Amino acid sequence: MTLGSVPPKFKVSIDRDQCMDCGRCIENCSYGVYRREGDKILIESRKCTGCLRCVAMCPRDAITLTEKPVDYRSHPLWTREVREDIIKQACSGKIILSGMGNARDLPVVYDHLLLDACQVTNPSIDPLREPMELRTYIGKKPSKLKFRKTESGEVELETKLAPNLKLNTPIMIGHMSFGAISLNSQLSMAKAVTELGTYMGTGEGGLHEALYPYQDHMIVQVASGRFGVNIDYLERGAAIEIKIGQGAKPGIGGHLPGEKVSEEVSKARMIPIGSDAISPAPHHDIYSIEDLVQLIRSLKEATEWKKPVFVKIAAVHNVAPIAAGIARSSADAVVIDGFRGGTGAAPKVFRDNVGIPIEVAIASVDQKLREQGVRNEISIIASGGIRTSADLAKSIALGADAVNIGTAALVALGCRVCGNCYRNLCPWGIATQRPDLVSRLDPEIGAVQVSNLIKGWTDELSELMGAAGINSIESLRGNRDRLRGYMLDEKMLEILDVLPAGA
Amino acid sequence: MKTVKIDARGMHYTPLNQKIRAAIADGAEEIILDNVLGQRFIGDGLRGNVRIIVNGVPGGDLGIFMSGPTCIVHGNAEHAPGNTMDKGMLVIHGSAGDAVAHSMRGGKVFIKNNIGYRGGIHMKQYEVEARPILVVGGTAHSFLGEYMAGGMVLVLGIGKDKAMTDRGIGSGIHGGEIIIRGDVDDYLLGTGAKKFKFTESDLERITPIIKSFCEQFGYDAAEFLDTNYTKIGPVSSRPFASKYVWE
Repeated sequence: MTLGSVPPKFKVSIDRDQCMDCGRCIENCSYGVYRREGDKILIESRKCTGCLRCVAMCPRDAITLTEKPVDYRSHPLWTREVREDIIKQACSGKIILSGMGNARDLPVVYDHLLLDACQVTNPSIDPLREPMELRTYIGKKPSKLKFRKTESGEVELETKLAPNLKLNTPIMIGHMSFGAISLNSQLSMAKAVTELGTYMGTGEGGLHEALYPYQDHMIVQVASGRFGVNIDYLERGAAIEIKIGQGAKPGIGGHLPGEKVSEEVSKARMIPIGSDAISPAPHHDIYSIEDLVQLIRSLKEATEWKKPVFVKIAAVHNVAPIAAGIARSSADAVVIDGFRGGTGAAPKVFRDNVGIPIEVAIASVDQKLREQGVRNEISIIASGGIRTSADLAKSIALGADAVNIGTAALVALGCRVCGNCYRNLCPWGIATQRPDLVSRLDPEIGAVQVSNLIKGWTDELSELMGAAGINSIESLRGNRDRLRGYMLDEKMLEILDVLPAGA
Repeated sequence: MKTVKIDARGMHYTPLNQKIRAAIADGAEEIILDNVLGQRFIGDGLRGNVRIIVNGVPGGDLGIFMSGPTCIVHGNAEHAPGNTMDKGMLVIHGSAGDAVAHSMRGGKVFIKNNIGYRGGIHMKQYEVEARPILVVGGTAHSFLGEYMAGGMVLVLGIGKDKAMTDRGIGSGIHGGEIIIRGDVDDYLLGTGAKKFKFTESDLERITPIIKSFCEQFGYDAAEFLDTNYTKIGPVSSRPFASKYVWE
């Protein structure tokens, strides 16, 4: 090759005056940045991913990390990233693989939406004093209720209610499979959602038996690879999710690399150790909306219509009519994953270019379902780049019933969003199956951290609602009057059905 | 043996499946379904070792998620019989539609005549106890054994000049094997699939399967017990390993 090397992404340095030579950086870095030679710790900056494990574990704050230590000649079009990608592909002729969510600096719609609060004319509510109703039911709601009088004169409900999931807070954790992430990560989150009275997804990786005690708070996933799917698995889940698409990579399937198919992963997925686990792009028994109906009903028949069935789609251009089709398909909820959704691995060109923002997708789906009079037929679960309780509140005001978080929960477990999830070397014990790394994450402690995050957001949501004079999540749902757009264009405001700030 | 008869005429699949479940709960060992006409999901998610005889044409997803029972169909089947099936057996005295044995992970599916497109797609296996087997007496359309990750597909081509004439056999295959009676033209193979020599030891391995198939449909197994087969398997168990470069 005549191209030479591209500059290192990070420059790592140790303040030798501060360093006590304890070697924790060497022990902790699974990427091999540090090594000892004689009495000196040497640094190979090129290997650094910016995971910050060393910085977090250094007892003396002696480590400094600088991003992009070498400047390129600046250019607005031929950015550093573009040039480096070309060099990589010129060397390899391959598809560029990336981790985590969309890494482009595109405008975030959430940041251009502002919430309302009460002043003078109607009083705000203090959640410390007044009950705030955050309980959320996910599933079909009847369009009307019928009652009958029994012989003894009592009134009883005649309408048969569809099964619903009861959430104490409208925050769930999305599907991240055992395989993509470690068992200790799943256990941490499972303990947290069980304690909090909410739910998490298994992802398409089966249900490891260590998770059976939490199965009543786990939504099992049926994706195109059908890994780990059997009748036992379907019966264990609190609900079943059919994964059609994922926000980070709409339109394509998934490949869990053989490196990550350890003995335990192989057991849960029911595939041989070390073989690639390939989920095809489509479900090969679903080539139409009618086929989707058939898979949904086959799952309902298998579980005797006792469990809600969700359908997860990526937010793409025609998300609203697709969701309207799903609403008529016997599904109980549609999960919409926006283009900022995370992933263990996705081709970079997909992660950064395919799909639409979740904010817009929620608004257009909610609008379409209301127009067609089927909003009660299906709950909307939004995911893909929800970072704060403000994003949560805005999602609900735009029309979502609940949100799924993913990356936020992983950050609560230690993830620093370095984006190297596909290498099986995650030093935080999250996106890895290497036993020595997995053991760094204690599920008991992890559970407390995830639970703290969700509690914090839940309290913030109560405060935001109270400030807006709202004491029930139902009154916030789809309440776009409590949102204002700031620096959004007219068409965007029209799609979001939100007035501009000042109006 | 306790036998229960159910007349499925004009019945929706949900009450039909409820009746089947009720019969099993009541200790039925054999259930005969008469006048079946397009009811989907027969045998869906059933466990145990009940025998279900279907007289008529069942609808899609026969035996989906099934884990144990045997289901014998006197007629054709719609699409995806044996979908994500775990254990047990489907015997179809006729032909079946597309995606037969889709993602099947254990048990047997025997089809007397022909199947549609994508037969055996993404079948997978885990250790020895979960190894799915699909046997087709006639022929199959394109993309047979696509994305196959384990198990075995056997096509006998009974009554055909060539057992397979459709393309894309084993495209994306990364585990398991496809065995086809006679020769298979190279241009019929999909990406990632490769021909292997069918040996005496292969024959020994598949002999019990051939015998069991012939027993179901009244064929003479001796006609099929030679090495005139083509074995098709994966080039690699990691077909995508060299497709990517890190960000």
